Amino acid sequence: MARHWRAGAAGLAVLGLTLTACGGAKVGDSSEAGGSGSSGKCGTFNLAVNPWVGYEADAAVVAYVAEHDLKCKVTKKDLKEEIAWQGFGTGEVDTVLENWGHDDLKKKYITQQKTAVEAGSTGNKGIIGWYVPPWLAKAHPDITDWKNLNKYAAEFKTSESGGKGQLLDGDPSYVTNDEALVKNLKLDFKVVYAGSETALIQAYRNAEKNKQWVIGYFYEPQWFLSEVPLVKVDLPAYKSGCDADAAKVACDYPVYDLDKIVSAKFAKSGSPAYDLVKKFNWTNDDQNTVAKYIAVDKMTPDAAAKKWVEANRDKVDAWIK
Amino acid sequence: MTVVMEKPGQPGQTKQAEPPPPVAPVRRISRSMVVGAILVVWLVLFAVLRGKQTLSLAAADLTDLHRWLNDVNDSIGADRNSNPLFLYGFNEIRLVIDNLVTFVQDLISQPSGDRPLPQIGWLGVVGLAGYVSWAVANWRVALLAVAGFTFLGLQGLWQESMDTLSLTLSAVLVALLFALPLGVWAGLSERANRIVTPFLDFMQTMPTFVYLAPLTLFFLIGGASATIATVIYAAPPAIRISAHAIRSVPATTVEAAASMGATRRQSLLKVLLPMSKRTVVMGINQTIMAALAMVTIAALIDAPGLGKTVVQALQSLDVGTAFNAGLAIVVMAIVLDRVTTAASGRAEAARRSGNPLLKWRRHLLVAGGVVAAVLVYLSHTYLWAAEFPGDGGTGSNIAKAADNVTTWAQDNLSGLTNGFRDAITNGLLNPFQTLLTDSPWWLVGAALIGIAVVLGGWRAGVTTAVCVGLLVATGVWSDGMTTLASTLVATVLVMLLGVVVGVWMGRSALVDRMVRPTLDAAQVMPPFVYLVPFLALFGATRFTAIVAAIVYAAPVAIKIIADGVRTVPATTVEAATSTGCNTWQIITKVQLPMARSALTLATNQGLIYVLSMVVVGGLVGAGALGYDVVAGFSQGQLYGKGLAAGLAIVLLGVMFDRITQAAARRTSN
Repeated sequence: MARHWRAGAAGLAVLGLTLTACGGAKVGDSSEAGGSGSSGKCGTFNLAVNPWVGYEADAAVVAYVAEHDLKCKVTKKDLKEEIAWQGFGTGEVDTVLENWGHDDLKKKYITQQKTAVEAGSTGNKGIIGWYVPPWLAKAHPDITDWKNLNKYAAEFKTSESGGKGQLLDGDPSYVTNDEALVKNLKLDFKVVYAGSETALIQAYRNAEKNKQWVIGYFYEPQWFLSEVPLVKVDLPAYKSGCDADAAKVACDYPVYDLDKIVSAKFAKSGSPAYDLVKKFNWTNDDQNTVAKYIAVDKMTPDAAAKKWVEANRDKVDAWIK
Repeated sequence: MTVVMEKPGQPGQTKQAEPPPPVAPVRRISRSMVVGAILVVWLVLFAVLRGKQTLSLAAADLTDLHRWLNDVNDSIGADRNSNPLFLYGFNEIRLVIDNLVTFVQDLISQPSGDRPLPQIGWLGVVGLAGYVSWAVANWRVALLAVAGFTFLGLQGLWQESMDTLSLTLSAVLVALLFALPLGVWAGLSERANRIVTPFLDFMQTMPTFVYLAPLTLFFLIGGASATIATVIYAAPPAIRISAHAIRSVPATTVEAAASMGATRRQSLLKVLLPMSKRTVVMGINQTIMAALAMVTIAALIDAPGLGKTVVQALQSLDVGTAFNAGLAIVVMAIVLDRVTTAASGRAEAARRSGNPLLKWRRHLLVAGGVVAAVLVYLSHTYLWAAEFPGDGGTGSNIAKAADNVTTWAQDNLSGLTNGFRDAITNGLLNPFQTLLTDSPWWLVGAALIGIAVVLGGWRAGVTTAVCVGLLVATGVWSDGMTTLASTLVATVLVMLLGVVVGVWMGRSALVDRMVRPTLDAAQVMPPFVYLVPFLALFGATRFTAIVAAIVYAAPVAIKIIADGVRTVPATTVEAATSTGCNTWQIITKVQLPMARSALTLATNQGLIYVLSMVVVGGLVGAGALGYDVVAGFSQGQLYGKGLAAGLAIVLLGVMFDRITQAAARRTSN
């Protein structure tokens, strides 16, 4: 019996709610201007988002401009590089916005399968190298020259490095010659794989806070550098071709001209989004600003993009002209 | 000295060839002595042969097998538009599953058609969840479901949660479509069971990272691939448990039905299925839990939902946001778990509660259905019932609190934790790993096979021999041994924790009730959430990976041991008390020895669970197989190596499982 009453009471309550709700706003009442009608010209724009915050910043700004200025329907897809490039052939990805070298992928998808084409530089300069926390560079200024690294090797020992100094590497998708470098520069170090960017950043963060000895792989542009300005260690200078044989590399990484890759189909589609991608070009500082909004100030990518776009209208206008 | 110590080893091994001596206690003593002898021989040979034939392979090096796997992968990718297998096979499967996922998403999570919101808004979903829970279970879990779902909205994660829910529901639906018939078949036929079991082992131990990339190759990026990845991981429990359910229907009942002239079909539909319903529902429960465990991993191939929030927060080391989303996954898991568990016992509970309510039940169901329908209609029509009101303030408070706790722990505990880490690493892990990786491969192999034979018998020995051979063939032997060392150390710690907490819980119902929710949460919370705090506490080291594995594996071991201790007959304990045993003596002399089979089962499950965390360990500095698998997922030219590393993890799992199970059978006899 009790249950019956309960159900009845609930039913009445709902009925009451229904009556009071009659005046409420209905779903789809205020059909927005940016709805389906105006997206006809641009259509859907499939943007791959690779998993690092710098890329997220690129994607946020391009997506924001495509959505608001070009009225595209932007679909962001969170994917690792390898899988994003796979998507060019199947029509599921139109654009990869920040490509770091990846000559293997270019060979496979641009030269062999012909499903992708290059769309020019982003304007960002990608710098890869070995970095130490700022306190260390300050306490031992000569540490930024690779020739002095063996002198300090014992300080970098950890439980993981088997009696040698530890050189910490990060995510397996990074472009790295570090094992060959250690060997060919005759350094008393062992490469230890942290396995993820998160682990790498946390290691540097701890090192700076607790004055620990850490040396490892890192790269610019990167939001974390605005929190802890890591100092780059000079390796033997890069000369064109010095990294031709992966086993014999004994020089620094080249400065990467980060570029954009689009699917062959998208390049021919005549979509205004393609013109935007092709013209999209900004500096490391621009990217770091937006990346900082996202990672440090914890803004949503969309809000971060809005803030930057409104402050840099002239740059954006040049992309969509 | 060496000669003297070496001698007992060899006769010991050959002694196994003879029929075992008839007296059981003597055999047990000799068994542990033989294991000891094997270890001594191993240590001696290690001292002589250290560093030879270790089969080590640098991070970027590949074997011919790895290259061949790469080529296979490439050729599949290259002709996917012309291959009939794709055009008429995978593409069709993809289409069906994609439609299913999109349909469910349109219903509850994503804007559908011209609508800016899904067909059913939050009020409708909460109403439906409450109604369905009440209909299949009872009003208590219905209240829990309503409260839980409302909490998801308050966390500011309504849409993400609904995306996760739709993916989970689709995956469980597809999984059950295959799993239930397969399970029934495996339950009816012993041969089918024997065929299916190795596949299930494979599906559960193969790290998901290994097949994520190929799945997107076959089924493209998005919902379909994510669902299929989840199905592969989540279906086995339902198959196993429904087979078990069918098999455990008493033979006499089936015979009675047969003697009354029932056909096979009739006895299946009228006797076997109804009688095993309760257990089958438990299988479905396990499948749902497994599906939820995949949420974060599937996010790596663009599966929408809470997993995405966790993964993105991890990129900027935002512990609070990751924890908030992880908590939502835990809440959803708890709701679904309690509802399905209650559902499996509902019929019985209802029968016990007496008739008057049963008479009303049909009317009540209709009334409740009408209420739910009204709520669905409201949430379809009106904004206030469609979009969750409020700004998710609870969520940001939870995030802030989690951040504060983490920061406090990092600031105050890291001295302590580093000492602990170094003690375990230098005292236990490093020597052990050196022994495994620096011994010649054939020596380690022979020792493993010897131990397997002594502990588990000849069958276990043969399985181990095959696994060792295949491990060598994968080309990642050395990495495999590194992983083996960490895995064994982690398992030892899991068992220590398991015995301490398990006995405590087993002896006191109050402790059990207080600790159990924490254990549930530890099992369901995505490991990605606690990686950042652990990294801060222990650095990017193998030990961090071990701690993460313990968090995931210890709850299982604890629960099994607690159950084992609780099933020790009270009369036995009373008898021991009356003879003047103190608490310590009761535990060590009575309860633990009598729970021995629970201890071996806990070891078995602990090991398997630890192994399933190897890949996560690769993300925080454990290197070895875990890193290889992640690298294979990230870089095309390492794809084959990652696959081989995944296989190596499966082989380690099979090897351990067979040895510990055979050993468990022997000790319980």
